[in-house]
Amino acid sequence: MENRMELRFDALPQNEAFARVVIAAFAVQLCPTLPEMADIKTAVSEAVTNAIIHGYRGEGGTVTMTADFGERKMLTISIHDDGCGIRDVEAAMQPFYSTGDGAERSGMGFCVMQTFMDAVEVDSVPGEGTTVTLRKYILGEAGLHRERMLDEIG
Amino acid sequence: MTVWPYQEAVTVVIGGELDHCSAPQVRQQLDDLLLDESIVHVVLDLENLTFMDSSGIGVLLGRLRKLAARGGSLSVKGMQPSVEKLFRLSGLDRVIGIADGRKGGRA
Repeated sequence: MENRMELRFDALPQNEAFARVVIAAFAVQLCPTLPEMADIKTAVSEAVTNAIIHGYRGEGGTVTMTADFGERKMLTISIHDDGCGIRDVEAAMQPFYSTGDGAERSGMGFCVMQTFMDAVEVDSVPGEGTTVTLRKYILGEAGLHRERMLDEIG
Repeated sequence: MTVWPYQEAVTVVIGGELDHCSAPQVRQQLDDLLLDESIVHVVLDLENLTFMDSSGIGVLLGRLRKLAARGGSLSVKGMQPSVEKLFRLSGLDRVIGIADGRKGGRA
């Protein structure tokens, strides 16, 4: 089974939870485990938050989230903004990188996305916007079984 | 958010979701509590925290700095697996103790 969705919403903090709920409702079709679902929601939350506070600098705009999957259960999610873009993507993806705006940012957003998903791609053009693409292969219960086996082996 | 003292430590119960949207309110409530300089040890009971992203890391680190500056400590307990995964990924487990049991106290 293949499926695709697209959601456009205002770049408002209260829509971070909205985006998490929507991606969870879409991803549940792939029968992810609870940890996999938590990973997806956390990664999406990071990407959407980045779009709101860095892409649009809290001044509003439209965030577009698309997601799709196919027979191989590879979930692909894209978060797009038409904001200010990222001048140095490599630097922005380093752990603890922060814009230093004094708002207690942890600088862990991209690190979290990279850890919780199988692949993270960032396409950004300064002055035009940013697209963050997240990919995760959903193993479901088979993945849990594999983790238990690895734990037993030590 | 519910607050109650236990011996030297104050336990703060944080429930719901801690993200960029809710972080300012949680931060403000914790900072209001820390205006009382007699409070030096704080335990965050996260049993009912169902979601946290990196915005929560910033909140925890900021409060840790404040408590450390007065010779105190911050610890957490009752983390759900998804919250604990982020907690450990960010290295918070190296600076914030993980307490167990229902009673507040230093980790």
